[in-house]
Amino acid sequence: MSKDDQILEEFTSKEYEHGWSVDLEMDQAPKGLNEEIIRFISKKKEEPEWLLEWRLKAFRHWQQMHEPTWANVTYQKVDYQDIIYYAAPKQKKKLNSLDEVDPELRETFEKLGISLEEQKRLTGVAVDAVLDSVSVATTFKETLAELGIIFCSFSEAVKDHPDLVRQYLGSVVPPTDNFFAALNSAVFSDGSFCYIPKGVHCPMELSTYFRINAANTGQFERTLIIADEGAYVSYLEGCTAPMRDENQLHAAVVEIYVHKDAEVKYSTVQNWYPGDKEGKGGIYNFVTKRGICAGDNAKLSWTQVETGSAVTWKYPSCILKGDNSIGEFYSVAVTNNHQQADTGTKMIHLGKNTKSRIVSKGISAGKSQNSYRGLVDISKRASNARNFSQCDSLLLGSDCGAHTFPYIQVKNHSAQVEHEATTSKIGEDQIFYCNQRGLDTEEAIALIVNGFSKEVLNKLPMEFAVEAQKLLALTLEGSVG
Amino acid sequence: MSLLKIENLKASVEGQQILKGIDLEVNAGEVHAIMGPNGSGKSTLASVLAGREEYEVDEGKVLFDGQDLLEMAPEDRARAGLFLAFQYPVEIPGVSTTNFLKAAVNQVRQYRGLPELDAVEFLKIMKEKMKLVEIDQSLLRRSLNEGFSGGEKKRNEIFQMAMLEPKLAILDETDSGLDIDALRIVAHGVNALKSPDNATIVITHYQRLLDYIVPDHVHVLYKGKIVKSGDKELALELEEKGYDWIKEEQVSA
Ligand SMILES: Nc1ncnc2c1ncn2[C@@H]1O[C@H](COP(=O)(O)OP(=O)(O)O)[C@@H](O)[C@H]1O
Ligand SMILES: [Mg+2]
Repeated sequence: MSKDDQILEEFTSKEYEHGWSVDLEMDQAPKGLNEEIIRFISKKKEEPEWLLEWRLKAFRHWQQMHEPTWANVTYQKVDYQDIIYYAAPKQKKKLNSLDEVDPELRETFEKLGISLEEQKRLTGVAVDAVLDSVSVATTFKETLAELGIIFCSFSEAVKDHPDLVRQYLGSVVPPTDNFFAALNSAVFSDGSFCYIPKGVHCPMELSTYFRINAANTGQFERTLIIADEGAYVSYLEGCTAPMRDENQLHAAVVEIYVHKDAEVKYSTVQNWYPGDKEGKGGIYNFVTKRGICAGDNAKLSWTQVETGSAVTWKYPSCILKGDNSIGEFYSVAVTNNHQQADTGTKMIHLGKNTKSRIVSKGISAGKSQNSYRGLVDISKRASNARNFSQCDSLLLGSDCGAHTFPYIQVKNHSAQVEHEATTSKIGEDQIFYCNQRGLDTEEAIALIVNGFSKEVLNKLPMEFAVEAQKLLALTLEGSVG
Repeated sequence: MSLLKIENLKASVEGQQILKGIDLEVNAGEVHAIMGPNGSGKSTLASVLAGREEYEVDEGKVLFDGQDLLEMAPEDRARAGLFLAFQYPVEIPGVSTTNFLKAAVNQVRQYRGLPELDAVEFLKIMKEKMKLVEIDQSLLRRSLNEGFSGGEKKRNEIFQMAMLEPKLAILDETDSGLDIDALRIVAHGVNALKSPDNATIVITHYQRLLDYIVPDHVHVLYKGKIVKSGDKELALELEEKGYDWIKEEQVSA
């Protein structure tokens, strides 16, 4: 430990001496981050000793790390001591059914258009809702259980399936992977856990809705998805957050482990609060998402529609370890006003005959900045690897920016890597043409933007695609004229 | 009944006055042809009527179906029944003609107090109108105007017109770039859509199209003014003599 750190540690523990004591009855942790807070979180969640140790190790490592600065974004530095790292909704007893969910919480969900009952009855979507760190309801568990599928909150998984969690946690995103992943590993609150057993084709879309609710609480979800040999699952993640002036930090980690012959589709529609028109407030979305195609013929497909957040730093990635494995990344990222997005993917080809496909559609409006950053890495033993990348940018107005940073590293000569990029602008003549057919300017933009994003939107499950289309239009409202 | 009444319309683009006092009245049931040499302001007139933003109206009044047209937003003009077949139709990548028209038709219907069409009803109407201009379904599935030939673009414009059933259609050089067969098809479409309740303004500088779409009135636009009006004979005269005698008349006048 360096001298500085020693001093820091002394200082922080001293403060603790004089400061508060951990009150287990509290619904939230006091502001700030130190080992004591981590112990508090772990204790709150009644975690086993190994997990506490795992968190502490991550925390100690995080303390040595520096916030990354390479992304094409600028934002006010986060004061990590000014964040509340754990908050539980005011809810005491354990829930047996949806009917027992706090009516106010339910109302919130319904406002968001995610009526759990509706979901339960109509769509056949199993929903695991995460509200500020604690999972409040899980549906369809029984149906899934019959197939041996485990779909529950991360905390429950720690209690009920500790061996699985211990085996896979950190196996794709090690706790030391990067600054935000280390932070998440130290303080993660809750998230979803999903295990599909050998040969099981999950019969429904699994869905999670995340929401940041309380003021000043960072959200640190941890999601772990495991598809055992020959299994299949399509997983949906939706995010939303209410308006707030201050910036809130969101640093999630998603790990996906895909065994031989298995397939996972992971879809996200992200509409965290982007801040107001002047750029005040909004979510900092610093997320690590990664999956491994560990066995032969495994397939992992990421689809994301990113419309929210003030600052986005996100690169859902695929490690293609198994021979013939396939990784896909389909992304639409829209930025308006002062939003900044630096997003893309990494395709790491390790196995033979591995294939990856990247389709990125960036749409910028207002004074926003939208960057695609992607890495295609073909290792020495990845013979006959293939990659195709298509990065298209669409600009609305002339105060916004679109940037493309493709990195390609090829260490095997048999590889075939193709990269195509286009930049276009919505022209006034296009809008006038639409106007002349009876569409107002907002509708015209929505139509053009949806057309531009079609290839990606088509990858989303139906009900999500409709929602995503509406979101795109909503995000760009007032961006022209 | 007067469907469109233009009085002393003057309009500029980029600070330069292009339309210098236009008077024109179009009644329901009529076909008007506006002819004139290149650069005389024909497309500008069409754009001003459709509400294109870069064109500044300096003076004048336009009544359309009893409403003050110049006060209306472009989309409301369209919804109220004004249609412009563009001289240069714009490409919209990723949006098929079908999807585009479905959105447009339903907007127009909503404005007119009609219920939205569902996909089945819409496709049925589309099939009927497709026959009218002999357009192929595969074309309608492609991105609007993207990679279309000149003729396909023009036919697509008339197809859109058929779908939107406007009260007043302005066809801006719809004949240019069409071979004789395509010209006949387009003209057939336009004629089939004619009714006592609607009207058409055909902008062209060739008489050729007017053999197929017979105008009730012909106007010559020159340097931003209508300098001559007459019946279909005027078009033949222009064809024969060219525009020079008009220009000379203007100089000597
Ligand atoms: N958007 C524009 N910007 C600048 N000049 C224009 C624009 N549109 C038209 N003009 C000018 O106005 C005049 C009339 O053009 P236009 O209406 O297209 O003529 P026509 O359709 O009769 O050939 C021309 O001199 C043309 O250069
Ligand atoms: Mg013209």
